[in-house]
Amino acid sequence: MSYHTTIDGTRWSFHDLKTLLAKASPARSGDALAGVAAKSAIERVAAQMALADLPLKTFLNVDLVPYEEDEVSRLILDGHDPAAFEPVSHLTVGGFREWLLDAETTTSHLTALASGLTPEMAAAVSKIMRAQDLIAVAAKCNVVTAFRNTIGLAGRLSTRLQPNHPTDDSRGIAASLLDGLLFGAGDAVIGVNPATDTLQDYMRVVRLLDDVRQRLDVPTQTCCLGHVTTAIHAINLGAPVDLVFQSIAGSEKANRGFGISLSVLAEAQDAALSLARGTVGRNVMYFETGQGSALSADAHFGIDQQTMEARAYAIARRFTPLLVNTVVGFIGPEYLYNGKEITRAGLEDHFCGKLLGVPMGCDVCYTNHTEADQDDMDTLLTLLSAAGVTFVIAVPGADDVMLNYQSLAFHDILYARQTLGRRCAPEFEDWLQRMGLTDPDGRLLDQAASGAIGPAIALIETMRT
Amino acid sequence: MMRDDPPHESDHLAVLDKLASLRRFTPARIALGRSGSGQLTETSLRFMLDHARARDAVHATLDFDSIGQLLRERDWSVVAVRSAAADRAEYLRRPDLGRRLSPEGRLAIEGHRRGDDVAIIAADGLSASAIEINLQPLLDDLRQLLLARGLTIGPLVLVEQGRVAIGDEIGETLGARLVVVLIGERPGLSAADSLGAYVTWRPRIGMMDASRNCISNIRPAGLPPEEAATQIVGVIEKAFKHAVTGVQLNDLRGGEAIPVVGPRE
Repeated sequence: MSYHTTIDGTRWSFHDLKTLLAKASPARSGDALAGVAAKSAIERVAAQMALADLPLKTFLNVDLVPYEEDEVSRLILDGHDPAAFEPVSHLTVGGFREWLLDAETTTSHLTALASGLTPEMAAAVSKIMRAQDLIAVAAKCNVVTAFRNTIGLAGRLSTRLQPNHPTDDSRGIAASLLDGLLFGAGDAVIGVNPATDTLQDYMRVVRLLDDVRQRLDVPTQTCCLGHVTTAIHAINLGAPVDLVFQSIAGSEKANRGFGISLSVLAEAQDAALSLARGTVGRNVMYFETGQGSALSADAHFGIDQQTMEARAYAIARRFTPLLVNTVVGFIGPEYLYNGKEITRAGLEDHFCGKLLGVPMGCDVCYTNHTEADQDDMDTLLTLLSAAGVTFVIAVPGADDVMLNYQSLAFHDILYARQTLGRRCAPEFEDWLQRMGLTDPDGRLLDQAASGAIGPAIALIETMRT
Repeated sequence: MMRDDPPHESDHLAVLDKLASLRRFTPARIALGRSGSGQLTETSLRFMLDHARARDAVHATLDFDSIGQLLRERDWSVVAVRSAAADRAEYLRRPDLGRRLSPEGRLAIEGHRRGDDVAIIAADGLSASAIEINLQPLLDDLRQLLLARGLTIGPLVLVEQGRVAIGDEIGETLGARLVVVLIGERPGLSAADSLGAYVTWRPRIGMMDASRNCISNIRPAGLPPEEAATQIVGVIEKAFKHAVTGVQLNDLRGGEAIPVVGPRE
């Protein structure tokens, strides 16, 4: 089946659905690299016009990645909820955009709709939405999760504190962790990317994080972002694992490249749930995604990178995670070339995730071979905060000394709190006040105003490497 | 318990000093201080300087003529080629082109097919300064250690606009049993001169990253070139013993893993 539109007497044809989606995608280097991007600005708009006229239910009848060959496709179609889809089932993609923007469409409508949408529907409508549309609709979505605190409540912005160290030195990790807590960061998770993926290091890092958390009695959760199979082994050996982490992508083949499958993720979720470590909730999974990950594994099936990215969120929601984030600027300039492409992708990922019912956050970030700088990060943070992003990632001084890229600084979180008025998770907010780190209005006091800091530093001094 | 101790004004400065003292445990930018939600002016400008250095390193052009001349003077047989990426802009957008030789480059390599044990390739990658600073000292030690083990070494291939996987095409064309690719790594804010070494057994076009072993962060203030040479030869010896590199080599070695990571390119 092919798709058409006519502009000024010229007929534009798109021979299948994935071609239509790819050509309708706002420009980015990854789609050009894959050879699927529109060849001209007019061809892109023609595709967007044809896409706008497409009935939304088309996506229930056309496999982008064959159902028989791909467990992600099976998950998407078998998990589709026709009753939830019913309110929008008569709409075209263009009509769906207007329905989403309509003031009559409220948070409760969007929450009820999530299980009726496929990732391809979310991706399709995002392609004909401007940045403002992506922000306006995402801001109406609300996805709340919980473990040791409550994430995603209205008006809140949580943070992952990412205290990475080039060699996983325990004292080095603890030093960055303490620095972040003093800035009020870490309510989404305190999560370390380990430099190695050995079981011993994984066990040491989760014990270290749990030890510091318990000593300071912080109402948050910790995570070592090793491989999911390492986490399962560690849980079996009695490690104090709060959240199980895994990178995921939008096709079975891409996930095989990560060494995972849906059954391995299910096994990990069961293992983490068996520990019953959550106090206010049972969301135990943490996923990262990013546009370009399927293409980099040659597992994109000729589909544009943003649609493949949205398919990863179908996996995420199957496992009711506490947190999901796109590592938007990390994957490199061959996928997102500059600050403009990163900004657009960050807003698309957040919108699609939220629309599909995922607690969507973002690593607002870039690498040094990308045409971007901290100004672009400030812009994206501001836009995502307006869109109600669930959480962002922060490292000391915006410089991740292990992964060699730039994310947000702890300072940037203060900016979002003070200038944009976003508060942290309520349990964590209470803790900050109890510790003397914030005043009753939530404003950060002088860092030295906490009696806990001296003992915490003493604890770090006594740690071994 | 700790929070029961009320803080004393006189303690504050001492505590801040202590926080700064934790810098000895990490290169991370901790204990920066703040003004409102913003960074202090000096901190902010220092960050911009570090980013400027990294940006310049990515876009700097390596002087291949001088490097080639220097190495020939040290008795290396040098072949200089280009990848299929025409310039830095194309290199950044098209990693596939950086993994393949230009037609002229392929012809040049074909003329040197000898079937040596080890082919050594040096590519600019994302940091010209990584090659300028680290290549020559690393190569001298590497040659000595390889020859001492009775291994033959092919011509040194210098590649402009090259990525790690270009070693597969070059190694295959040379008929080498194993290839070592020395390449400038993506600059971080703290180090813009870091070299990576990727070792691949039986190189051929289309190999996966999981079939390579990597030794990273080679630079004077990281893993010094002399020590790196010893580590690289350690991997090469095991590769020849087990006829494999990458994940499978690690599986044979048990717990002590040589990193197998996607190239920082």
